[in-house]
Amino acid sequence: MNLVEIAHLTKSYRRGGQVVPVLMDLSLEIPQGDFLGLMGPSGSGKSTLLNLIAGIDKPDSGTLLVGGEDITKLGEADLADWRASNVGFIFQFYNLMPVLSAFENVELPLLLTSLTKRDRRERVETALELVGLADRMEHYPNELSGGQQQRVAIARAFITDPAIIVADEPTGDLDRKSAEEILGLMRRLNSELGKTIVMVTHDPHAVGSAKHVTHLEKGELVRSQT
Amino acid sequence: MRLLPNVPVSYVFRNIWTRKLTTALTAGGMALVVFVFAAVLMLDAGLKKTAVSTGSAENAILLRQSAQTEIQSGVSRDQASLIETLPGVARGNGGEPQVTKETVVLTAQNKRGTTKPANLVVRGMPQLGLAIRPQVKIVDGRLFKPGSSEIVVGLGVVNAFDGVAIGQSLRFAGREWTIVGHFDAKKSGYDSEVWGDVEQMMQAFRRTAYSSVIAHLEDAGRFETFKAAIAADQRLALDVKQEPAFYEEQTKALSGFLFWLGLALSIIFSVGAMIGAMITMYASVANRTREIGTLRALGFRRRSILVAFLLESMLLALLGGLVGLFFASFLQVFTITTMNFTAFSQLAFGFDLTARIVLNTLIFAAVMGFVGGFLPSVQASRLEIVDSLRAA
Repeated sequence: MNLVEIAHLTKSYRRGGQVVPVLMDLSLEIPQGDFLGLMGPSGSGKSTLLNLIAGIDKPDSGTLLVGGEDITKLGEADLADWRASNVGFIFQFYNLMPVLSAFENVELPLLLTSLTKRDRRERVETALELVGLADRMEHYPNELSGGQQQRVAIARAFITDPAIIVADEPTGDLDRKSAEEILGLMRRLNSELGKTIVMVTHDPHAVGSAKHVTHLEKGELVRSQT
Repeated sequence: MRLLPNVPVSYVFRNIWTRKLTTALTAGGMALVVFVFAAVLMLDAGLKKTAVSTGSAENAILLRQSAQTEIQSGVSRDQASLIETLPGVARGNGGEPQVTKETVVLTAQNKRGTTKPANLVVRGMPQLGLAIRPQVKIVDGRLFKPGSSEIVVGLGVVNAFDGVAIGQSLRFAGREWTIVGHFDAKKSGYDSEVWGDVEQMMQAFRRTAYSSVIAHLEDAGRFETFKAAIAADQRLALDVKQEPAFYEEQTKALSGFLFWLGLALSIIFSVGAMIGAMITMYASVANRTREIGTLRALGFRRRSILVAFLLESMLLALLGGLVGLFFASFLQVFTITTMNFTAFSQLAFGFDLTARIVLNTLIFAAVMGFVGGFLPSVQASRLEIVDSLRAA
């Protein structure tokens, strides 16, 4: 079964007076439980595609179904609610709130749910244990290493049990060892928790963790490999 | 902690706390404005308090028709005698009416530390005048003797003028008047007056009529009866008012002047403070563009971002408001002496911090925070997620 079904997706940007096409009539299917690596040179449109799948950007035309729902039809506020319950984000620079502790950063998406404070606490503790940071809960981002911060971000990404996790260069800012830990965690999310993951990366080592790899060039799919 | 619509309040608080220097500077600007705003309101309240406490509701003051002040007024001896016979007037143990016929004259004396003369109110009264003003007490020396050139002076005068110690004398109306006592009028308007025997004063100032007559009523509820009796008697072309109302009218012009001056100053200053808050909040939005993008990606709506930043700005302003009020509260130890240009006399009054002023001041601060933070907050809420995630 396909979790994501993309058909005839087009997206362009306006720069100055010029229209720059980024994605051209792109169609793609991502099966449930997949770990897909998106590769391609700069400007190939891989990040744009990831943003569209995550519902933080809107296509010019085409359909984009996630779990059977066409998210291109959703309005601004509905799309925000949809993201809150369906998408987990992992960013290259972690994007943690510097004024919140590790615990509070992971708890953040749960503030948008109806969970009680007690339930939230339980969930956050479990998630931080799973990423190996049970002893760092009260630490602030600036007291954590890059690898640790990214692990907090991963906990934040799966805390709401989303249908899909999107990762944009998750190892781009990390040393080899930390990168390997992060990739290991993502593989576990995929294999043990069955999370569908879409990861944009330049790193040939990182892409080795993916089940499938798709290459983009100038806004078009050039090849897929398993 | 959570507040509708889904704003992580701890995030708002921590951001204020984290930027300690910026917070202190912005809140400091707000505090200054709030200080000025509160100070003016407190001064106005202090003035009203002084005016109202000068009078007692049981005392009815009678002036010539359409005279605004005792200085402008004249009540003839015949009229004054008639008043003693009216219903509602309280009587002493011997049956004598509790009516005091007074004369009020302005004289100029040098204020302490200056060579510029300032107006001083001189009031002539019978000894009964002290009895019907229970808030006034002789605190040093004794009361003047009837038929003598003795005077007593209020503590406001003692504090503001030279040469007013007991045993010293003041010169006015071509005579030397010996000071025999000091009285405390509990910060009421009488504190700024000099009192002496009415008949001596009228001779010295060559007056034939009294300035005012004060009738002590059996109780405050008898005022309407008393007033009706005056209206019914054509010989009494006099205006009658209860003392608190009369003294409040006396300070209306000064109070209005203070209020509008204060309001104008506060508005001008607050524009500066709001621009300060706006700059702070714009900087705050610019520094946190990526955080805003992240929050939005995680599912927080535009409205949550708007509320979070507005809340931050208003909290900042309230913090400033509390600091400003804290410092303003110390003003209560000061007393201001100034010219009341309705009565042309010196008036001493203090700053009075009331619960209402605290509330109004905090509302004023919150409004400044709201207005100053509005545009930056709207900008924050309008950021596109993809663009803001790309910000450094």
